[in-house]
Amino acid sequence: MSEQTKARSTADALRTDDKTDSPAGDGGPVGAIANWVDERTGAAKGVRFLLKKVFPDHWSFMLGEIAMYSLVILLISGTFLTFWFVPSMGETTYTGSYVPLKGVDMSQAFASTVKISMDVKGGLLIRQIHHWSALIFVVSIALHMFRVFFTGAFRKPREINWIIGLLLAMLAMVEGFIGYSLPDDLLSGTGIRAMQGFILSIPIIGTYISYILFGGGFPGQDIIPRFFTIHVLLLPAVLVGLFTAHIILVMVHKHTQYPGPGRTNKNVVGFPMMPVYAAKAGGFFFVVFGITALIAGLVSINPIWMYGPYEPTMITAGSQPDWYMGFADGALRLLPGFLEFNLFGKTWSFNVMIGAILMIPILWTVMGLYPFIEKWVTGDNEEHHLLDRPRNRPTRTGLGMAAITFYGILFAACGNDIIAIKFHLSIDDITETFRVALIVAPIVVFWVVKRLCLSLQRYDRDLVLHGRESGRLVRTSKGRFFEAHEALGDYDRWRLVSFDSPEPIGLPPATDEHGVRRKGARKDRLRARLSHYYFKDRVEPVTPMELAAAHHDGHAAEAIESHPDEAESGHMHGGAEEIGAAHAYGHPTPHDKQD
Amino acid sequence: MTDDNDASIPKEPAVSHDESGRAVATRDGEHALPERFENPGLPPHVHRQGDHDEAAAKRSERQVAALFTISMLATVLFVVAYAMIGKDDDVTLPILGKVHALNVALGVTLAFSLLGIGLGAIHWAKTLMSDEEVVEERHTLRSDDEARAGAIKVLTDGAESAQINRRPLIKYTLGGALGLFAIPLGLQLVGGLGPFKGDVNDLRTTLWDTGVPVLGANGKPEMKNGKVVTRPRRLMRDPEGTAIRLSDVTLGSVFHVLPEGINNTPEPSNEKVKAAVILISLQENKIKSARERDWGLDGVVAFSKICTHVGCSVGLYEQTTHHLLCPCHQSTFDVTEDCKVIFGPAKRPLPQLKIEVDDDGYLYAPHGFEQPVGPSFWERG
Repeated sequence: MSEQTKARSTADALRTDDKTDSPAGDGGPVGAIANWVDERTGAAKGVRFLLKKVFPDHWSFMLGEIAMYSLVILLISGTFLTFWFVPSMGETTYTGSYVPLKGVDMSQAFASTVKISMDVKGGLLIRQIHHWSALIFVVSIALHMFRVFFTGAFRKPREINWIIGLLLAMLAMVEGFIGYSLPDDLLSGTGIRAMQGFILSIPIIGTYISYILFGGGFPGQDIIPRFFTIHVLLLPAVLVGLFTAHIILVMVHKHTQYPGPGRTNKNVVGFPMMPVYAAKAGGFFFVVFGITALIAGLVSINPIWMYGPYEPTMITAGSQPDWYMGFADGALRLLPGFLEFNLFGKTWSFNVMIGAILMIPILWTVMGLYPFIEKWVTGDNEEHHLLDRPRNRPTRTGLGMAAITFYGILFAACGNDIIAIKFHLSIDDITETFRVALIVAPIVVFWVVKRLCLSLQRYDRDLVLHGRESGRLVRTSKGRFFEAHEALGDYDRWRLVSFDSPEPIGLPPATDEHGVRRKGARKDRLRARLSHYYFKDRVEPVTPMELAAAHHDGHAAEAIESHPDEAESGHMHGGAEEIGAAHAYGHPTPHDKQD
Repeated sequence: MTDDNDASIPKEPAVSHDESGRAVATRDGEHALPERFENPGLPPHVHRQGDHDEAAAKRSERQVAALFTISMLATVLFVVAYAMIGKDDDVTLPILGKVHALNVALGVTLAFSLLGIGLGAIHWAKTLMSDEEVVEERHTLRSDDEARAGAIKVLTDGAESAQINRRPLIKYTLGGALGLFAIPLGLQLVGGLGPFKGDVNDLRTTLWDTGVPVLGANGKPEMKNGKVVTRPRRLMRDPEGTAIRLSDVTLGSVFHVLPEGINNTPEPSNEKVKAAVILISLQENKIKSARERDWGLDGVVAFSKICTHVGCSVGLYEQTTHHLLCPCHQSTFDVTEDCKVIFGPAKRPLPQLKIEVDDDGYLYAPHGFEQPVGPSFWERG
């Protein structure tokens, strides 16, 4: 008996030792309820863990938050819409209050969407909140992804979360496409029609997939009800599940932080969940919801009653998908027709397949592999919790901007007809220009951005070595003029010198000590080549010795900066060597008088 | 020179110059200077006005309370707007123009109701809650060796106890069963979503391939040898559904056309999406292709309206250039030359529909398209 008690007390030790500061029973009725719950769930431990959690502060961390809150707004407003929306393609004749559509034959899906917009009080607001927050959701995911990429937040140990995030981004786009197809209006019906064309381009199984998805020929009677189930049940379940995993991993990893004084790879500096983040992040949910409601109240989106019901023989000029599908549509507009050909008695429609079927999986695979490629090239197996400043990783920043340029041109190509009309240009010329730019512009942008990053890094070095221009002109006893510079303080300097600048990995010998070709020598060569490509152009952070040397001698400081030719010009510190270093840095001392 | 009372500037090492005039820090300064700068630690905390000044704190309190009050007022206004404004009322606003009054009123009041709470909470956090930064330690995510060994031991002990490695028969049959169990569910789902049409005949044919029954004097279809007598379908205006005389088609006019009797088919939408046709009249001498002239009548030609790229309606006709443009992806087809692609992502020309005039002067299609209409598909060949 006593042994049993002992065993139990050991098992319970974790919990009994974990008494909160205010023991049960002291907190009045609230405390009593808390006590009741904790004795049955042991929740206090987890609550304490969560409420004490520290989050670092930076505006760019808000982007992911916007995505998270938009998801919540989507779930709320979407649930509202299901109470009125009828996911059916059954024919009906419009009898509602919107006069221009009276007597028009349409599907029940379209009729019920018009009813939500026109006859349900506040229904239009909920519909527009749903649509706007879907747009904001995808925008904020994209911006959040840019932040994560350019600051290197995808590095170990966060590779899994990067991939979960990519899946979330892709599902968000698919969910959005299916969602705006549901009203069965002319614009989105045209979109589904094009989608069926995409599916037909898939070799071997394309026609089968089309028949399975549409329950026979296009459009049939099944696509809207099936899309509805996918949109309100299947994809939201997957999205919410992945999102939960995403957030749990953020908790487990603890949030990354920007480098700064007092911040290390081993700590998190910021504010605790209770009360600061509860108020700030909780408040921010209301701000995001409020701004979404404001836009939805003031700016009309997807006015399906103006497009009319889907009619297979009709079309509107300027047919464009929602923005996030624009890049895929742009790719379709740029791909030339000669990519379709007949071979072995079958039709290969690469003009459609590349843009509509292959592009997104390929792009997502490349993005998913990127952290592993960079890790291999860098040869670095450490955990990274301090973010990079984009300029300190010139090649990565260049690659990222090149990818964004590629995306941006595809996106612009989706508006080639609008550009042609607004600017009175030939659509053929615009399309040809985009075709060329799609290849050339990313290369140019990569080069320019990489050079910009290196320049910014040199600027940082300059700032650390020579301080800030104080605007104070000093005339020396020999009659020379120079501008006194103010040295950076410890804290400011730390931000500029704390980064690491990886060196290219050298090539290990191709043969072993017996002169036999080593296994994997080719792989090493590729790795060394990539590493050289990544890190050959590098600017190192200033070391204390370099700073000391710069203070000692203005000319010498120039020399350190690998401008030996300019060593004599001394443009930064002309004449500074004639007076005390302290004076030159804006801190006059009694010593100056000797000068 | 070495006198330096600024703590932020490290102590100077002995510096000399090499031949090229570059500064070289001599090595004996090394013990004084580290390789890299050291993290200076958290900067001293800067207090806010409200941390010392109770009046400032009181001001913040009032601002936060004001924001929360705005939220409550906006909520009340939302309810008022909901009750007072009719769902058909319009209002004209600057910039936005004529808008739906109820939607604007509900949207704006809801927005302020939410923004009041959000901005109030944030202002509260920023001005009154502690802004002292807290430091939390991180720990390596990797479990320690003991925990790892423990996990492996639990797994191996479990496998040992289950005897899975000693009894391969169980291992492989379990693998097989688990590998296959999803097939019935998948089969039911995919099989039920069909129907499959292995021959994709549906994609090759249109309603133009079939005729309409000839009606006898009694209004019933005429029969011959037990079969319904049919005649080719006439071209009908879309959406009016009226037949078109050749004389109606004046030079330069464009007709959107569907086959006669399309609304009597089981699934009119499925037929429309394949059978839609555009009828264009141009000067016969403008037509460069002999076949196209042959299949038309005095410069009146009919082409499939379904884009050969991904199937949108090719709805935009430029009268001056005789180009048909698809608004989805800007494939451009030349009507004067068999509707071949002159620009854009489509590969194949729009198929032409041969037209003739019947005894009553109406246009009809003697037979269907010679090739499948619409987007390419694998089996098209």
